[in-house]
Amino acid sequence: MTTPLQVTTARLRIPVTERDHVRGPADAPVTIVEYGDFQCRFCGAAYPNLTEVLRQRADTVRLAYRHFPITNVHPYAESAAETAEAAAARGRFWEMYDWLYQHQDQLDPVHLSLGVEQIGLSPEEIAAEVGRQDYADRVRQDFVGGIRSGVNGTPTLFVNDVRHDGGYDLAELLAVVDAATDDG
Amino acid sequence: MSDPNGLITPGQAAPGFTLPAAPDGREVGPGQFRGRPVVLAFYPADWSPVCGEQMTLYQAALPELERYDAVLLGISVDSVYSHRAFAESRGIRFPLLADFEPKGEVSRRYGAYAPHGQSDRALVVIGPDGRVAWSHLSPPEVNPGVDGILDALERLDSDRRVSAG
Repeated sequence: MTTPLQVTTARLRIPVTERDHVRGPADAPVTIVEYGDFQCRFCGAAYPNLTEVLRQRADTVRLAYRHFPITNVHPYAESAAETAEAAAARGRFWEMYDWLYQHQDQLDPVHLSLGVEQIGLSPEEIAAEVGRQDYADRVRQDFVGGIRSGVNGTPTLFVNDVRHDGGYDLAELLAVVDAATDDG
Repeated sequence: MSDPNGLITPGQAAPGFTLPAAPDGREVGPGQFRGRPVVLAFYPADWSPVCGEQMTLYQAALPELERYDAVLLGISVDSVYSHRAFAESRGIRFPLLADFEPKGEVSRRYGAYAPHGQSDRALVVIGPDGRVAWSHLSPPEVNPGVDGILDALERLDSDRRVSAG
């Protein structure tokens, strides 16, 4: 008897709540949840496309971002994620998110502190909080929720709770979003 | 395709073995961890092109497995030298076992060997009693992730609490 191959369609297990960082209208019919790693080049490649989807479908799509740092291959991913959380505590998550994805080759401590300064926050304050790992639990919770939902690498997108197993180019993302809008 | 006898199933005794493991070639096997859950992750090859590579993910997720006191062992037919280079490049610190000589012997005993000469992408969770608690066979190109492993470890943990209570 041979063993059947087992594949399941992954679904988001952790619903989007006020705890999440969300960009776009609260009542949008389509919610994209992105599990990302600020040092992952595939996430970096998806970033401008996701941004463009939000611009072109401003009334229908919102984006929630969750952390999924693969720290064994991306040594700066964890500090970048925690820095974004420190910015979030000051209402600046998305400014930090944009800076991080626009400067993926500058995530070392020196350049990161310049980025924090550029978005108008105190690098010393934020470095102290990150140094104390004030946001480590929050990042870990995102990561664990991700592996529980079938996030196996980055970026992983869920479109209205269903894992998107395709590519990240603009045309495909728009097609997926439009199909989800029609379903809704 | 996969082993004609099929992947080992829950309830069966897990075959004992040791294999040389990266980085130092010492012999490692599940029998050394009796009393703890052992996760065997058979995979086709080091350096495989699965996007979001499975062993890299497992290193990142290892603290979650360790919450259940579980031991994680990766197994493929690659040599210790390949395992060592692969582990270094991905920051992998759990043992990668070389099922290299006789080639694929342990994978065969678990029903996780493909005739084209690689291990299947198969997961086996061995309970503290040395019996298979859960097993799962994926298509070679699909990373099965961590969720099923955590579910199996959670069930073992709650079984243990029930029998202890």
